[in-house]
Amino acid sequence: MKTKTVRRRASDSHRRPAKLWQLRLYVTGQTTKSQTAFSNLKKICESHLKGRYRITVIDLVKQPQLAKGDQILAIPTVVRKLPKPVRTIIGNLSDTAHLLVGLDLRPAD
Amino acid sequence: MKNNRPKSTSPVVHLPKCPTGIQGLDEITGGGLPRGRPTLVCGGAGCGKTLLAVEFLVRGAVQFGEPGVFMAFEETEAELKANVASLGFDLAGLVQRKKIVIDYVHIERSEVQESGEYDLEGLFVRLNHAIDSTGAKRVVLDTLEALFASLPNEAILRAELRRLFRWLKDKGVTAVITAERGRDQLTRHGLEEYVSDCVILLEHRVYDQIATRNLRVVKYRGALHGTNEFPFLIGDEGISVLPITSLGLNHKISSERIATGIPRLDAMLGGRGFFRGSSILLTGTPGTGKTIVAANFAQAACRRGERTLFFSFEESPNQIIRNMHSIGLRLEPLVKRGLLRFHAARPSLYGLEMHLATMFKEIVTFQPDVVVMDPITSLMDAGTASECRAMVTRLVDYLKAGQVTSLFTSLTQGGHALQQSEASMSSLMDAWLLLQDYEGNGERNRVLYVLKARGMAHSNQIREFLISDHGIDVVDAYIGASGVLTGSARAAQAALEKAAVLASQQEAAQLKREVERKRAALERQISGLRSDYETEAMELRRIAEQVGTRTFVLGTERAASGILRQADAKVAVGTRGKPGHGRRN
Repeated sequence: MKTKTVRRRASDSHRRPAKLWQLRLYVTGQTTKSQTAFSNLKKICESHLKGRYRITVIDLVKQPQLAKGDQILAIPTVVRKLPKPVRTIIGNLSDTAHLLVGLDLRPAD
Repeated sequence: MKNNRPKSTSPVVHLPKCPTGIQGLDEITGGGLPRGRPTLVCGGAGCGKTLLAVEFLVRGAVQFGEPGVFMAFEETEAELKANVASLGFDLAGLVQRKKIVIDYVHIERSEVQESGEYDLEGLFVRLNHAIDSTGAKRVVLDTLEALFASLPNEAILRAELRRLFRWLKDKGVTAVITAERGRDQLTRHGLEEYVSDCVILLEHRVYDQIATRNLRVVKYRGALHGTNEFPFLIGDEGISVLPITSLGLNHKISSERIATGIPRLDAMLGGRGFFRGSSILLTGTPGTGKTIVAANFAQAACRRGERTLFFSFEESPNQIIRNMHSIGLRLEPLVKRGLLRFHAARPSLYGLEMHLATMFKEIVTFQPDVVVMDPITSLMDAGTASECRAMVTRLVDYLKAGQVTSLFTSLTQGGHALQQSEASMSSLMDAWLLLQDYEGNGERNRVLYVLKARGMAHSNQIREFLISDHGIDVVDAYIGASGVLTGSARAAQAALEKAAVLASQQEAAQLKREVERKRAALERQISGLRSDYETEAMELRRIAEQVGTRTFVLGTERAASGILRQADAKVAVGTRGKPGHGRRN
């Protein structure tokens, strides 16, 4: 799930350097919702952040104590740990437009 | 586990209860909250929802050995700990000892972007983890409704909440869910439709600038519960719901009598004073000496070695001591010996229920035999009349249950009319003394009478009482044709009476002298007459003697002449001597 790539757009909206994007996907077991979310997230990352993102999937059934840290309530939840600020997107990420807004990624033009 | 016992002894299977340990609440609910079910606690801002929930957990962990989980949606863990520490709850310590888990759940709506479907499985996971890690039996969700503000999709939220409550029930934990009071429903987001086993409503009402907290059990499925609104308060030992005491009328009764400290007043009360454990109302207009009578009563109790608690709502203890000193009542030594204790507080310092709780606390710690409350009417300012009456009822009940004699003074505002509130309060009281002013002759005088005294033959007489350097002196007021006279009028009347008595005494003496004089005169007359008579009698006797002598002489002469004339019969000397003598005269 880890991919590291070169920078693509040097002058992004916030003069963001080509840093590694750290994303966490919180799920509870292998449900359809979580699988959908993972594939949706992966798709978006591939198209927008190819090569410079890292998705960590955390299964709260196995590690319930981790839910507290990122204030997880809703499942699935994606937390963008880096770059700052932290952003949170909840849902199965089927709504791409909202996902992009949530991740603060401009829709690919 | 002492928490599983049902309160009733009837064979019917009762809903298992989970005692809260909160003073009074378990009494109202008949043993606690429904075990293994969620309870909704709703109320407006600042009415004590969170505190009730925390106390439920803390007491559960400390008193009943039931660990708990606190899911906080509003306050952080640190804030919570700090907030309840002031109430003597060692939340931090309990957390450290793994008796309580606090989980702060927070979502900033602006930071969350919604994309597609989701559920609240994360909350379940966290809750489940917290419950399992401590073996919790009690769960608090405070305030779940905060979720409505953080999550945009209400439909999902509602479905998930329904699932959550189902899940909590299945989990077998006793849950307390707090919620904000809605405008026309119990909660703002209608949580009551999910939680239907037990609903407790808290209210914080401000009436006339005085805030009172009220608690009402709106609903308690499958159990009897008190349906009234009960005032409750947040003291320094957490929440206590009033009444703390039983609601029945089954006090133990003593027939022991205790003196009032004023001998004449005792005499008015069947000669022996009040009953122990009775409640006494002392009403009077300003300046009629209520506090003095009360202080006398307190002093008398202390002298008998009884502990007396004096609640003062108008004067400071030192002021009372000083003032009483001026009439010869020395209270200070009694205070020093620990027999007399003052508790002074301004009525407006806090609400009525807080006053009541403070008083209860004082009573519990001091264990008095006699309680004086001076004046109870001041507390009227701290609440409505009905609240005050309810409070006095509770207080009287409580004191009576403990065989504590209580004296309440009550201020009547001017005039001779008794105030409505007093009239309604008086029915709670066993004895009622009335102090009044009598105005006239340019002075005010104090009178006292016993309006009622249950269970004793009491005087129906009005008495004037005087306050002097050496205390209270009760004297008979003058009652005559011109009405009740007191003070100088009484003195004047007494002088008048004295003069009248003197006058009549003098008159009687004069009459006596007259009689004496007449008798003397009469006697003088009699003695005059007697001496006259005696003189006359003496004269007559003298004449008679003279006549006798003359007759004798004549007889002798005649005999001599008879002899001379040679008269024949000797008899003639005796029988014919006198007529012959008379004829010749």
